[in-house]
Amino acid sequence: MKEKTTAEDVDFVEDPRYRQCNKEALMGLGLGLLNLLWWFAWGYGAGSQSVQNYSYILGFPLWFFMSCIVGAVLFTVLAAVMVKKYFQDMPLGPLDEKKQEGGR
Amino acid sequence: MAGARFDVLLPLLFYFVAVYILGFYSMKYVSQASRREGKGFLTEYLVGDRKMGGFVLAMTLVATYLSAGSFIGGPGTAYSMGLSWVFLAMAQMPTGYFTLAVLGKKFAIVARKINAVTVSDFLKERYENKTLVLLVSVSVVFFFIAAMTAQFVGAARLLQGAVNVPYQVALTMFALTVIIYTIVGGFRAVVLTDTLQGVVMSISTLVLIIAAIAAGGGVKNIVDSLSALDPGLISPYGPDPTFTSMAWVTSFWILVGFAVVGLPQVATRAMGYKDCRSLNRAIIYGTAVSNFLLLAMHLLGAFGRVLVADISTGDLVVPAVVTKLFPNWLAGVVLAGPLAAVMSTVDSQLLVAVGAIINDIYAILFDLSGKKTARITFISSVAIGVITFAAAFNPPELMVWLNLYANAGLISTFLWPVILGLYWKRANTAGAFASIITGIGSYIFFNTYLPRPLGMHTIVVPLLISLAAFAIVAYLTPKPPARVIKKFWGI
Repeated sequence: MKEKTTAEDVDFVEDPRYRQCNKEALMGLGLGLLNLLWWFAWGYGAGSQSVQNYSYILGFPLWFFMSCIVGAVLFTVLAAVMVKKYFQDMPLGPLDEKKQEGGR
Repeated sequence: MAGARFDVLLPLLFYFVAVYILGFYSMKYVSQASRREGKGFLTEYLVGDRKMGGFVLAMTLVATYLSAGSFIGGPGTAYSMGLSWVFLAMAQMPTGYFTLAVLGKKFAIVARKINAVTVSDFLKERYENKTLVLLVSVSVVFFFIAAMTAQFVGAARLLQGAVNVPYQVALTMFALTVIIYTIVGGFRAVVLTDTLQGVVMSISTLVLIIAAIAAGGGVKNIVDSLSALDPGLISPYGPDPTFTSMAWVTSFWILVGFAVVGLPQVATRAMGYKDCRSLNRAIIYGTAVSNFLLLAMHLLGAFGRVLVADISTGDLVVPAVVTKLFPNWLAGVVLAGPLAAVMSTVDSQLLVAVGAIINDIYAILFDLSGKKTARITFISSVAIGVITFAAAFNPPELMVWLNLYANAGLISTFLWPVILGLYWKRANTAGAFASIITGIGSYIFFNTYLPRPLGMHTIVVPLLISLAAFAIVAYLTPKPPARVIKKFWGI
């Protein structure tokens, strides 16, 4: 990683896998926040009006159908996409000296 | 015992037998490993030699996380709060992917580097402070004994109601099963039974929700009847908008959605999987299964309001719906679901408590290098099992109190030291201490004097305070030693 290094840790080489690990963690966090946003926007966006004016899908109130049911399906799919497209395989054990097999 | 309903009991007994078989199957691995010295044994007993595959990882994560709360208490509250409570429960949508993505591969890599088998192990190497590890481990043991006791009580009541046996008999039957298979089989038994339990929960939930919707004459009919009872039952604000307010409901995303990363029984799972493929598959399956279970069980509770009109407490809604809709023998099969939820939570907690005693407390105070490890582990497992079992017969005041604080206490203890220790090089011992003390301290303060600071759940503000305390104290005190950074970040 191109981080600023101080004099005392010049000989320090960061595990090359961590770059990708950090990216994946941030993606998980991002997906979580997006999930919250979806749930909140549909739930309170469509659910805050008076109950008499609700519209319904398959018997469920629209706010509930979109935030909870569609949300659950959508974010399961998005989690699968995240994992399949952006997560990378790497060995989890200690790295050997031969680094070519390392982080990718 | 005269009035016991054997037709309900019989399928449950089959289920218990299956669980025992998995326990004793795993015992083979444990007894092979018992010849290893010290940590070698614990690597099998506490993390199953890090061999978990994707499906098993997904199921154990979901089953560990979903407890009596999601199968009894949650639907029970949905019974009186309607769709608003289902909406709130869905704050747990990220559970399946969030923990595994955030702790992710880095936690697994680090755990292998430092040979960690418990979360306290991680803290021990990262912060190099015995007092910190002892403090954390002792609190794990206390909180978990309390939490397990509460789960035992819940399961025994459910069994008592469904099968019509005395409470003591139900408790003995249930608790002994869990304690025995966990002790003899260790982590492997726990994750294998969790997998079975996850499958049982899923099937039982699917059957239940379909039957309930059919019995209520379709979703439209049920929602109309709910709306006629009280329009609040189909609004996100619930029948009592001051209780299920927007800020409070949304803040559950912090407690049950994101901060779950801080629960040691959940984090341990991120140490025990085999490879990246397992992790990837676990994220997909785990998210799908947990979303389905959460949605269906809470909907069942909410719909139950229309199906079973007069029950004394909401907690009885699931058994009441089951006995109303199904013949007795099938009721036994369906009831295995909630019982499985309890078992799979308790077994992991029991194992984490044992891990804390052996690997963290005992190893620090005494020496753990000899071949006695297996025997000491066994003895302390039995001891914890017996204490929990005895406490569930007549839960003492202290237990009830501890259980109230269990989740929040564990989250305040572990969340920041684990996350910042993993991702922030500047995180140091003084900061970790500061965050734990301010976290738990301010939680107790707010819980006593101001339970909804800024309208949110009690946990939110203490978590922010403890994060700030961690950062401030860490910057005011020296950096962690270079050897720690090298050990964690180096190759």
